[in-house]
Order: sequence, then structure tokens, then C-alpha cells
Amino acid sequence: MIDPFAVKDCALISIATGERAHNLRELRDRLETTRSGCIYHHFWGGLLRPSFDDPEYQNDFAVWAYHGLHDRFLAERLALIDPTEFVDMEELRRELIEIIEERLDENELVPWASAHQQFHFIRSQIIVFDTRIRISEPEALKEYIPLLTVGSIFYHFVDARRRTANRDDDFSQWLKGFGNSYKRLLEQIAALDPYFKSLTELRSQLSQIFEEYME
Amino acid sequence: MTDLLLDQYQEIVGEDVINNLRQLAEPLRGAKVVHVNSTREGGGVAEILHRMIPLKKELGLEPSWEVIAGEGEFYQCTKYMHNTLQGNRSEIPQHLLKRYEETNEENAERLRGQLEEADFVFIHDPQPAPLLSLCSGRRGKWVWRCHIDVSRPYRPVWKYLRNFVEPYDASIWSLAEFAQPLHHPLYLIAPSIDPLSDKNIELSQKELKGVLKRSKLDPDRPIVVQVSRFDRFKDPVGVVQAFRLAKTFVPLQLVLAGGGATDDPEGEEVLAEVRAAAAGDSDIHVMLLPSDAHRTINGLQRISDIVVQKSTREGFGLTVTEAMWKGKPVIGGEVGGIRLQVHNHHTGFLVNTPEGAALRIRYLLTHRDKLEEMGRKARQFILENFLITRHVREYLTLMLAILRGTEERIELV
Repeated sequence: MIDPFAVKDCALISIATGERAHNLRELRDRLETTRSGCIYHHFWGGLLRPSFDDPEYQNDFAVWAYHGLHDRFLAERLALIDPTEFVDMEELRRELIEIIEERLDENELVPWASAHQQFHFIRSQIIVFDTRIRISEPEALKEYIPLLTVGSIFYHFVDARRRTANRDDDFSQWLKGFGNSYKRLLEQIAALDPYFKSLTELRSQLSQIFEEYME
Repeated sequence: MTDLLLDQYQEIVGEDVINNLRQLAEPLRGAKVVHVNSTREGGGVAEILHRMIPLKKELGLEPSWEVIAGEGEFYQCTKYMHNTLQGNRSEIPQHLLKRYEETNEENAERLRGQLEEADFVFIHDPQPAPLLSLCSGRRGKWVWRCHIDVSRPYRPVWKYLRNFVEPYDASIWSLAEFAQPLHHPLYLIAPSIDPLSDKNIELSQKELKGVLKRSKLDPDRPIVVQVSRFDRFKDPVGVVQAFRLAKTFVPLQLVLAGGGATDDPEGEEVLAEVRAAAAGDSDIHVMLLPSDAHRTINGLQRISDIVVQKSTREGFGLTVTEAMWKGKPVIGGEVGGIRLQVHNHHTGFLVNTPEGAALRIRYLLTHRDKLEEMGRKARQFILENFLITRHVREYLTLMLAILRGTEERIELV
């Protein structure tokens, strides 16, 4: 007997670490030592914190490279990093540092930002709470997903990848418990890249996948 | 008590947002929360507290709001602090610092019982910061909420104030760049506006016509408005310069409207400077409004074509938020929280000089389609990010987080 799917919700709160970078070399140095939660926040935190919904770049490092350092080359390279492709934050950290070092090698001068445009390292705390909603049958997900809050979508579809052994989302993890019954559905969910979308877009695409499959 | 207020917000922000608040508030039901600041009227802090208190009450908490009482020298001292923490370099005379500490001691006598009993105490800005050191029997969590830009303070003054704020359990800052290193968690929470307040609620056409008439404005010529205290950091004289430059290209009227705040003794001096700068031009309307003229300010923002907030230092810039909520593009100084709200070519323009402001005024007035599109985006952006419901959610989240220390993940059962 498989346990029902427990719908949870979450809220993020940002905390300044006090660490900052004035130039690209300092950014590289801070990235070596800053806690992995900071890297996570600067890639994913934008989904749940006040931010412009139509960003030029998806992660804060790329935004700073563009607006702070005025380095379009670096901004474009950093923007292309998709954090879902990395096993963990340490691998993502190494990739970031690699790209930055490559750029430092290309330039004779270290790009720097004005005093007003420093990069501030931020981390977040996530508060998870139980909505008390339980879903027993996979078919019922079709009805529930359009009603989930963006916090729930973040928790079950983005945050889940930090918690589950195979970096799955919670929906897939649960559906796998039913054996091969939902193989095609699982493939469709797996094809959904959470990184380049807002949470409302993710919710809508997930809903569509479930609706079409369960019809 | 009914959930009337929450129901009203639900109509604006949707059911999800309100359900989220109820769930976050559940574990905090009955918690005694005291907010302390230095003025009941005037300024963004007082406005936020006016609505946050009843909202928290409806969510099942037991909030209260206390205002510290002070006299002339106390406010002179805190004005010095305000200016020096935002970068002005001047010493605060010793006798004023002494008065600052004495005033806090007097207020501590009055408030000690309530503060020591509270589960959470939020102390807003430097004025009441020493209260924590005067409440040795405190049992709850104390949080210092800094609403101003302390990114590059005059060091001796920050060093003095830091002694009072370091022992807090946490502090809250509007932006990461404002935060000074302290030995406690530095939470980041942007402020917000209340869409149901007189300052932001929808107004009838009749009322808007009344505002036009009372302000002696010509409805047929574009109107540019800056609403803010008469404070040098808001650069009202720079706005007059920008207006004069732009007026040579497009017909234009300017409104500089601001209220006084009881904790700002410098306002009259700045007002005189603005009046002198505006002298001789009947299209510049300088209005000193009473602190409760919320509907008039609302009306002025609504009848404007463009809102300007040409600050040279800014905590967050709630007047920017208000204007954007009313569907106005904003030309704002490239400082502080204005940068979080104004996105070039999307919700307005960031500028650094009167010339820059003049250029953008001219651009928007000659590209009406852009002006309207930016106004629409601006309103949506505020709806999603800077209304009071988001602010309350973050306060509730913070309270839950602070009870559990600095763990990265907190699971509520």
C-alpha cells in the first residue's frame, strides 16, 4: 500500500550573509568558500522572492555580470548554466568557478563594479508546512495541481530535487511507487525543465501534462 | 471578529495568497507581537503599521503598536542619525545623544512591562533602538527593523548605534546592500503598500476632478508629480531643474507634494529652498499637505501622467510603489529600493541627474503607447511583489524561522 501524497507548501525568507564582491576575482574567491545555500539561493531563490517576472537572465550571477560588471560575454555564459544538470551544489559551484576563471584568463584587467553595484551573497531559510491535503489516487492529481499555490509547486517540483535520492520531483517520486503504471506520464514530467520558467508557468504546464494523460 | 479584511484582500490578490497567510499564522496563534516606532502619522513606517496590525490580529496573533514619545532635542538627534547613517558626515553633539538615551529610558519605564512580556518585539529604525538594552527581563525574540539605507554610513554614528542593535536576535533590512554586518541573522524584507488604504484605494472620477480643481491644475496639459517629504535626499530641487529642462520641449505642469512628519525637524528649511527654486513659475505647484491627506496624495498620483522620485538616497521608496500600483511609469533615482522596482523600459526609467529625468519625461510624453504599456506592467509587478499581503507573509515566515534558529530548512508539523 502506497502512502497518500502529502501536499505541502513553503515560504522562503532571505538572509544577507554580509559577504560581498566588488570585482570578478572577489566573486570567484567568495564562491570558493560561501555556503552551498547561497549558490542555491542565487539560482533558484528568484522564483519565490520579489523579482521582475520577465528577467533578462535567470540567475543572479549572470544579472550581476551584465549590470554590475557590464560584461555581456560573461553574462551570457553564466546565464546558460542550467542548475538541474548538476548532481549537487558542489558540482554547480565548480562549474561557476570554471566559467569565471576562463573569463579572468581572457581579460587583462579584472572587471569591477561600482560601489553601488556590488554582488551581495544571500542565503535563504525555507519554512515547510503541511496543508493537510492528502491525495490517494494518482488520477486525483489532475484536479489538485491547478489549485496548488506557487509555494507548493516550488516545494514539490524544485526543492524536491535537493531532497530526493534521484533528484526527482515529488510527483514523480510518488508515481514511481506504482510500478510501471505511469511510465509515459513520468517521461513527460521528466521532460519539463523547471529552470527557465516561472512557477505559474510550471503549474500550468504540469496541469496540462496530467490533464492530457488522465483523459 | 470576522475575516472581513482578509476577504477584501482576497479580492485583490487571490485565494492562494490568503490561504498561505492563514497556514503560516496558525502556529503563531495567540503570539503577543509588539511593534515600536517613533511616529503614529507620516512616513512609510507608520503607514505600514496602520494596516499590518489589524491584519495580524485577524490572522489570530495578538499584535500591538507603541510609539515612543520624545521632544525637540530627541528628534533633532534622530534626524542627525537618519542623515548620517545615510552618508552625511557630521558629528552628533553629545548633549543630543544624551537626550536620545534619556528619552529611551523614559519610554522604557512606560513600556517595559508590555515589551518584556511580548513573544516578539519589532523595533523600527534607530529612534527606539536602545529599548532592548533597557528591558533586561525580556522573554521574547527582539528584531530591529531598519528602514533606511545604511550601506555607507558615517562610521562614528553607526558605531554608536551598533552597540544598541548588535544584541538583537535578528535584524531586518529592505535590501542586502543596506545591511551592515552584525552577529545575528540579517533578514531581507522589502516593505509594501496597502491597496485598501486611503492612499491607494480606487477613487471616483468625481473625486479626481475635485483634486484637479483644488490643486489648480489644468486637465489638458501633462502633469508630473513627485510625492515625498521635503527632504534633501529626495532632491526636490533637482526635480524642479528637470521640469524646467523638459518644459522647453513639452507643455508640462509639476506637482511637488509632501507632508510633514512629526519626527522631521528639517522639513521647513528644505520646503523654503524648493519654494525659492520654483519661484516665478505658475506651473510648479508646491504643496505642503497635512499628514492625513492620503486621498489627496492618492488623487495626485492618479491624475498624473508620470510620477518622479528623483531621490539621491532612498530606503525603499514606497511612493514609487504607490505610483506603480496606480499604473504610472516612474522616473526614479538609481538608488536603494527604487532599483528593485523600476526596471528600465519595463516599469519606468532609472536616472542619475536632472538632465536624465528631463530626457525620460520628454520621451514618455512623446511615446504615449510606451507610457501606457509601462504603467500596466508597473501595476502587475506591484500586485505580484509589493502589496502588504507579501509583507505579512514574510513577517510570519521570519517569526517562525527565528523561533527555530538558523537552520536552512524548517519543517512545521
